[in-house]
Amino acid sequence: MLELLNEEKVFKDPVHRYVHVKYKLIWDLIGTKEFQRLRRIRQLGTTYLTFHGAEHSRFSHSLGVYEIVRRIVDLFEGRKEWDDKNRMLSLCAALLHDVGHGPFSHSFEKVFDLDHEDFTREIILGETEVNQVLRQVDQDFPRQVADVIAKTHDNKLVVSLISSQIDADRMDYLLRDAYFTGVSYGQFDIERILRVMRPTEDQVVIKASGMHAVEDYIMSRYQMYWQVYFHPVTRSAEVILSKVLHRAKHLYKKGYKFKLKPVHFYSLFMENVSLADYLRLDESVAMYYFQLWQDEEDTILRDLCRRFMNRQLFKYIEFNPMVQLKDWRRLSDLFEEAGIDPNYYLEVDSSSDLPYDFYRPGEEEERLPIHLLMPNGELRELSRESDVVEAISGKKRTDHKLYFPADMINDLSSHRKAKEKIKEILHLK
Amino acid sequence: MLEDHAKVISLLKEAGEIIGRKKLQKIVYICKKLQFPFNERYQFHFYGPYSEELTLRVEELCNLGLVNEVKESKGGYYQYRYTITEEGEGFLGHYDLEMPYLNKCICEMNGQSSRFLELVSTVLYFDSLPKEEVKEKVFTIKRKQNYTEEEIEEAYGYIERLNKHLEA
Repeated sequence: MLELLNEEKVFKDPVHRYVHVKYKLIWDLIGTKEFQRLRRIRQLGTTYLTFHGAEHSRFSHSLGVYEIVRRIVDLFEGRKEWDDKNRMLSLCAALLHDVGHGPFSHSFEKVFDLDHEDFTREIILGETEVNQVLRQVDQDFPRQVADVIAKTHDNKLVVSLISSQIDADRMDYLLRDAYFTGVSYGQFDIERILRVMRPTEDQVVIKASGMHAVEDYIMSRYQMYWQVYFHPVTRSAEVILSKVLHRAKHLYKKGYKFKLKPVHFYSLFMENVSLADYLRLDESVAMYYFQLWQDEEDTILRDLCRRFMNRQLFKYIEFNPMVQLKDWRRLSDLFEEAGIDPNYYLEVDSSSDLPYDFYRPGEEEERLPIHLLMPNGELRELSRESDVVEAISGKKRTDHKLYFPADMINDLSSHRKAKEKIKEILHLK
Repeated sequence: MLEDHAKVISLLKEAGEIIGRKKLQKIVYICKKLQFPFNERYQFHFYGPYSEELTLRVEELCNLGLVNEVKESKGGYYQYRYTITEEGEGFLGHYDLEMPYLNKCICEMNGQSSRFLELVSTVLYFDSLPKEEVKEKVFTIKRKQNYTEEEIEEAYGYIERLNKHLEA
């Protein structure tokens, strides 16, 4: 089952220095076309428009998660709570956990009602190269890998390596995203955390003496959410991208004749996407269409694509729905009056629309928290022991922003009256 | 704008009060599976289907003063109670949300224990599998909850009853 390569292979990696591969199965999985496709999907979607270094791919993140899990299971080896028969299952699940992501997942999934987790499962269980490689272990192995990734496998310990509040996925993306965005606050001592991780029947727990390293990790998560993941400029790019997709879909359904038939998007527009269609679509394909749509006849699609490609993003203001709800109705009417379609040029974006999560101890049995293993063998929830974590667990973590094209509103050569009123409401100079 | 927020407020209004975040999570999930138009994304977690989006949305609603959250200590853990505020009522006035039969389903679910709703939502999560496989899933991935065969049958019966409310 665990056939070794003739000699260990390594990938140079800026976060972990090296990613080590000694099993042929892992090497073969990396070589599959479905996994190689991840090279063409950015880890952080539109964040590169805010942090120009954020061009790293889901391919490098997936290798990173694999490497962290490889190191964890090496450390677990020999502990009575760890069954080494689960090594290959853990490694494969780590490597493949994001294999179903599509281009700009966040926007695409919202607009076209897709779920990358469904495609991950389909890639692992369907007629794919990934499935062929996994079946070399045994016929049931692909299902087991898919169940670990879906968090429905009965081995909770293996699941928690890849999906829990302190898992290999989060540890890699925090470090990797910090590195590639160039920010300095995503750092924490991963070596220390790996050394204080302990397997239990149900989950990985943290030896109490390692609490401060975990505090750093939680702080890093907190900082990264506000400084990188919830960055308002990135959100502006996401808003425009979603509008591009909505507009293209709307035009297609109306029978609009595109200059070049958007064949790669047909099944998305019809919300009937096969695995083969899905796999054909990556960010290079999507960007190709956005490039072409800059010259479409439709003025809205053309304008939105130009904005996205040339980073002429929407401006934003803080928006308090309680206070400004009436403004919204008024704004929407004024946009119409000014000849600016509010369906495509006015949007409120909330933090809950974003795909990232904070650490929350939560309520009992709501969601599994991080547990510290005390010297007497007792498990205690992290925020009960750590003042630092407790302090940030109860903080306000939400916001809403209103996005709009300031350049269009500032152009007073037409619809001057309506635009003046809009400027007044938005407090634009 | 903020229609998904309004739907959550509307659900809380129909319920009157929901005690427990876990219960709220499972009620929204079950509503979603019953085809009520909730858009929060769910994933399977240790205790069944869970939506981070819903958690953050409720947090937003509390921060905006549209929903009231009361935190109560229960010894080793906290429990949270949710009701809508007057401002929440006012906010709903701006929306024309039509969710027929929501009230009947919500009241029905709110009267159940969160343990039972966890089972119902888990059964629904695996609704593409045959019943015997669903049972096996429940017995293996939820072995600590010690659900019995009878409880699983009860969950199936319960889902049927909820669906009948919608057909009626």
